[in-house]
Amino acid sequence: MNHIFFLQLIPLLPLAGFLVNGLLGRRLPKALVSTVALAAPFAAFLLVVRAAYLIWSGSTFPVVETFAIGTRTAEWINAGPLHVDFTFALDQLTLVMLLIITGVGFLIHIYSVGYMSHEEGYWRYFAYLNLFLFFMSVLVLAENFLLMFVGWEGVGLASYLLIGFYFDKKSAADAGKKAFVVNRIGDFGFLLGMFLLLAQFGSLSFGSIGTSLAAQPALQGGILTAIALCLVVGACGKSAQIPLYIWLPDAMEGPTPVSALIHAATMVTAGVYMIARTHAIFDRSPFALAVVAIIGAATALFAATIGLVQTDIKRVLAYSTISQLGYMFLGCGVAAYSAAIFHLMTHAFFKALLFLAAGSVIHGLSGEQDMRNMGGLRKKLPITFWTMTAGVLAISGIFPFAGFFSKDADLYDAFEHGASGKAIWFVGLVAAGLTSFYMFRLWYLTFFGESRAETQTSAVNDNSHSTLHTSHSVHESPWSMLAPLVILALLSIGGGWIGMKHFGDFLAPVVGAVVDPEKEPGGETFDYFLSVVAVAVAALGWFIAHLFYFRKNDRAAKLAAAMSGVHSLLANKYWIDELYNFIFVRPLKAISTFILGWIGEGVIIRGSTWLLGGIVMLTGELLRRWQSGNLRSYAAWLAAGAAVLILFAGYAITGTWLGAHGIDIHINWAGR
Amino acid sequence: MHVPSSWYLILSALLFTLGVVGFLIKRNLITVFMSIELMLNAVNLSFVTFGHMWRATGQAAIDHRIAERGQIFVFFVMMVAAAEAAVGLAVIIAIFRARGTLNVDQIDLMKL
Amino acid sequence: MHLVLFLIFAGFCLAGAVNLLLQTHPINSALSLIVVMSSLAVLYLLLGAEFLAIAQIIVYAGAVMVLFTFVVMLLNVGEEEKTNGSKIAKTIGFPAAVVILGVIADIILVAQRSLGRVSLDEPITTTKDLSAVLFRDLLLPFELTSVLILIAILGAVALARKEGHS
Repeated sequence: MNHIFFLQLIPLLPLAGFLVNGLLGRRLPKALVSTVALAAPFAAFLLVVRAAYLIWSGSTFPVVETFAIGTRTAEWINAGPLHVDFTFALDQLTLVMLLIITGVGFLIHIYSVGYMSHEEGYWRYFAYLNLFLFFMSVLVLAENFLLMFVGWEGVGLASYLLIGFYFDKKSAADAGKKAFVVNRIGDFGFLLGMFLLLAQFGSLSFGSIGTSLAAQPALQGGILTAIALCLVVGACGKSAQIPLYIWLPDAMEGPTPVSALIHAATMVTAGVYMIARTHAIFDRSPFALAVVAIIGAATALFAATIGLVQTDIKRVLAYSTISQLGYMFLGCGVAAYSAAIFHLMTHAFFKALLFLAAGSVIHGLSGEQDMRNMGGLRKKLPITFWTMTAGVLAISGIFPFAGFFSKDADLYDAFEHGASGKAIWFVGLVAAGLTSFYMFRLWYLTFFGESRAETQTSAVNDNSHSTLHTSHSVHESPWSMLAPLVILALLSIGGGWIGMKHFGDFLAPVVGAVVDPEKEPGGETFDYFLSVVAVAVAALGWFIAHLFYFRKNDRAAKLAAAMSGVHSLLANKYWIDELYNFIFVRPLKAISTFILGWIGEGVIIRGSTWLLGGIVMLTGELLRRWQSGNLRSYAAWLAAGAAVLILFAGYAITGTWLGAHGIDIHINWAGR
Repeated sequence: MHVPSSWYLILSALLFTLGVVGFLIKRNLITVFMSIELMLNAVNLSFVTFGHMWRATGQAAIDHRIAERGQIFVFFVMMVAAAEAAVGLAVIIAIFRARGTLNVDQIDLMKL
Repeated sequence: MHLVLFLIFAGFCLAGAVNLLLQTHPINSALSLIVVMSSLAVLYLLLGAEFLAIAQIIVYAGAVMVLFTFVVMLLNVGEEEKTNGSKIAKTIGFPAAVVILGVIADIILVAQRSLGRVSLDEPITTTKDLSAVLFRDLLLPFELTSVLILIAILGAVALARKEGHS
């Protein structure tokens, strides 16, 4: 049966929401703005659910729909050999991504209604949020690289708009710019990859590239490695891996729901999605896969170490996002794409939950974000506490929460990937321990102990809350904010129960078969053994955090003093930002000041005006002297002109220059 | 005895060139004017020469009358030159009255 | 005979022209020009243009040059001053004159053979022949020329009048 899936409506409904809110929102009442803004993602979610239902009841994958206006197939680009259409395709991978995007997105929209209710620019926020949903849907629905790139760039744009939402705050505006510029660097890699793909395969459509690859089994390495590495650069930019992760911590300047949606659940996963989508290319290039795995493992460990000593609650979560994305990259790097996507899904649940709960804490404390000024919130914000606990347990990989299943699948597949896989597994394991430690540190500092919120003079840290929000005493959040927390907590608990095997089988037609523990040496018991090791490491992290932070003591302070060098290194994020500033930003600024100032304005603009003026004046001077009034010079010029005329007349009449070949002059009389 | 026509034409060219040179180097306005008259005469000579060269014979002579036409052209040139000389000399007199000099180099403002 | 006559009077022409250039007092230049005109009249005669020869003497040498002489004497400026107003005249003018002469002479010399010869036993263009053309085919230009001369007279009178006369 062929049903119409209305794939094009899935992005277009949020776009309509963006247009309505963007153009008219300023004048509309807040309730109407919220309704429009919520209706769009909800409708998109319903469409996705319908699509899932249609698949379950018999329609087959993949569903490809070309966006046609009326009866005319909307060709987008038809220039010589390049042929690109507005084609959307729904397969298993896209369906999973769409469910996450629209589902979690919708929950975050609901949350934002409560969180942003006191903000100015309410309409603007929801317009941008809908815009983001539009672009993200286009990204995952696209059937060719170019359309995906549209979504890719678009989510970068939406993220810039949303990070810099409080644009009158310099740090927020700078953070938005930083995110966009760093993403741009990644996009450059993506573009190079597209160009190489076009040169190699002559097409940008996933379907035709897949067929071409399948038809050439001998094509390995070489150009495919180059393509894959270029795409990896793009993915690093979008998914905040080394070396392009620097934008994500600063992106916490945006409102907290934005961090939840964009920088936890959806946008940053675009890189992982892209690698999974183009896995056919990566499979042919072991080198590229190794690069991905190493980047992923290194980033996971690196970000985890920085997260250990951060004091801002959102920064901890930002670094943990980078670290978890490292896990996904790690999974892709060992060709376990299903495991990576599985972790992507569970991560979407618990990271969104963590961010939203952090937002709830911040909202409850009227803008405080520094964990050193929190504490003892367990009794005051109970629902927030319990939901956040679910999230912390999930991210630490404690059985039976969602994170356990996905992280465990990642690590198992890494271990089974050969000798280098075992090294990667070990790095992942250490990072898991660190993750558990700093997440529980966050948990303890925020919710346990005595409340430090009222003892400190709250330097109201208005990073993600504008100053309009007047200080209340600590209060629980409204139900519009708590309901999504509860739903996400339930998903974090049960989201992994589908199990890697079923999930992998579901995705196998798209991303390749999943490693089956039964067929590996050691069988299923080895799988269980590794799981136990992972849980033990996580529990160890919890225990250490408990020692340090459960009750107020100075163990943490003493350790920090004892390893002050390491501590300062971590607290300053390894001074990477300063390093980049020194190596890249300052020379670039110097060069552009030089070019723009000296060359651009000086030479070109002032120089050309000087030149034009000079030419005119010089010509005027010369010509002025010609009109001397002196009769003899006029006579001389007349004679010269006459000489020239006679020369040319002679040539014209006799046909040769100065009679070189003899001239015969005579006249024929007519009628003779 | 015959004289090649080209000699007449060469003479005409020489006279014309001498007229041009005179126009360039003489400083008295009247002398410059006389050089112009010399140029005109040179051209007249060449007209007559060509007219004579290409005169036809027999019936065609009466049909086309080339020699006559050459000479009539010279006739008209002479008329115009006479008129021009009259007016030009009147102008020179007016200039002399205004400027007090007939030196070409000192008459360099186009106003009287 | 023709050759001898030609050489003599061509020589007079050239001598007069050169003398016109070399003399400093305008009256001498005017007299040299009269020599040129008269020699040209003889040359016209050699070319069979009898009416034109006479007209040359009457109009050019007899009227125009006399007018020139009158004006020279009237204005009585004297010898030329040696001013040097323009370097351009020498740097550009002389080469231009040389080019003019060179091109024309070259073309004529190269085409010598086809230009034919002139001799004394060739028919003369009588005044009767001239008038046959002038008063029949070219009557209008002839009449217009007389109007032109009238205008020239008026113009000359108007220009040369002293100021202050009504």
